[in-house]
Amino acid sequence: MSGLGTIWVYLAASPLTWLGVTLAAYILALRIAVALGSSPLANSVLLTAAMVIPLLLFTRTSYPRYFEGAQFVHFLLGPATVSLAVPLFRNLAAVRRSILPIVAALIAGSLTAMGSALGIAAAFGAPSDVLASIAPKSVSAPIAMELAKGLGGVPSLAAVLVILTGITGAVIVTPLMNALGIQNYAARGFAVGIASHGIGTARALQVNDTAGAFAGIAMALNGAFTALLVAGFVLLH
Amino acid sequence: MTEIPAKPLRPAEWLGGFTVLILCQLAGETLVQLLRLVLPGCVFPGPVAGMLLLLLILTRIGNRARPIIASADGLLGLLSLLFVPSAVGIMQYGDVILAWGGPLLLAVLGSTVLTLLVTVGVFLATDAWLARRRG
Repeated sequence: MSGLGTIWVYLAASPLTWLGVTLAAYILALRIAVALGSSPLANSVLLTAAMVIPLLLFTRTSYPRYFEGAQFVHFLLGPATVSLAVPLFRNLAAVRRSILPIVAALIAGSLTAMGSALGIAAAFGAPSDVLASIAPKSVSAPIAMELAKGLGGVPSLAAVLVILTGITGAVIVTPLMNALGIQNYAARGFAVGIASHGIGTARALQVNDTAGAFAGIAMALNGAFTALLVAGFVLLH
Repeated sequence: MTEIPAKPLRPAEWLGGFTVLILCQLAGETLVQLLRLVLPGCVFPGPVAGMLLLLLILTRIGNRARPIIASADGLLGLLSLLFVPSAVGIMQYGDVILAWGGPLLLAVLGSTVLTLLVTVGVFLATDAWLARRRG
């Protein structure tokens, strides 16, 4: 093999390469988003994945090999979730005043998220394991995978649907709420946290600190509430 | 982002703030493991337990929270980056998405729009009802 080929074999196997690619692609995605006037369609998660995936396919790099490098970024999701206590702390007075709207919107939103996904997928004749995988699509991936397994679904498919739901909500929330003329950032943030978990919360934090705080609470509550609903359903069957 | 600290943190302060975040997560994960001994099927995530723990700490320590707040804001400013590795994972399921693509994407899109509308509507309606009752 030629010298350059040997170097590529070394680089493709090194976690450093894929960590570097992830970081550089994300910075590029942020620049593209700014160049497009911070259009919600230029979602940074979507743009970065749209750059990294073709590169991995082109270089025939497997996802596990990519993840050896990307795991260092992925790992920070834990401390970042803990960090959501900070916007929550800053908006604690507003949260305390909104306990009733929070509880009402949680119940309505969580049931809508599961019920409508099941209804639409079932209308297209999706088999029961696909239905079980799409039901928990609005909660964080680790919870959704566990719930999909409990319902007889496919955890990895559930994880994909969670990501797609997250990106979808993050992209449409701002134009949708603006079109409806809704200026209450607590309500907007709460809605995107229920519908689109952490990716929606990341979007809410980019827009407004109050929206971010309410999105964080919504994500946490929806995870717990969905898990309770599923546990009840599994017990009844 | 509000309340950016006036002067940059010293290295020890920055590290201290980040360490509190890690320790809160560790404590949260431990609590959830303990909870699982009592409730085996429980799927409550450790980081969320850590978030509640940090909230409790923040309400009690006043001004000493500055390094924690700065570290947390730094991490949250990059929250979307942290989802990139999972998002790239979609590449493994090209065949599933192709096989079920249309219906699945429609279900995701339709359900997400509906969930956003119902949640924001119920939130605002309850808020308005509360405001009327309080006069």
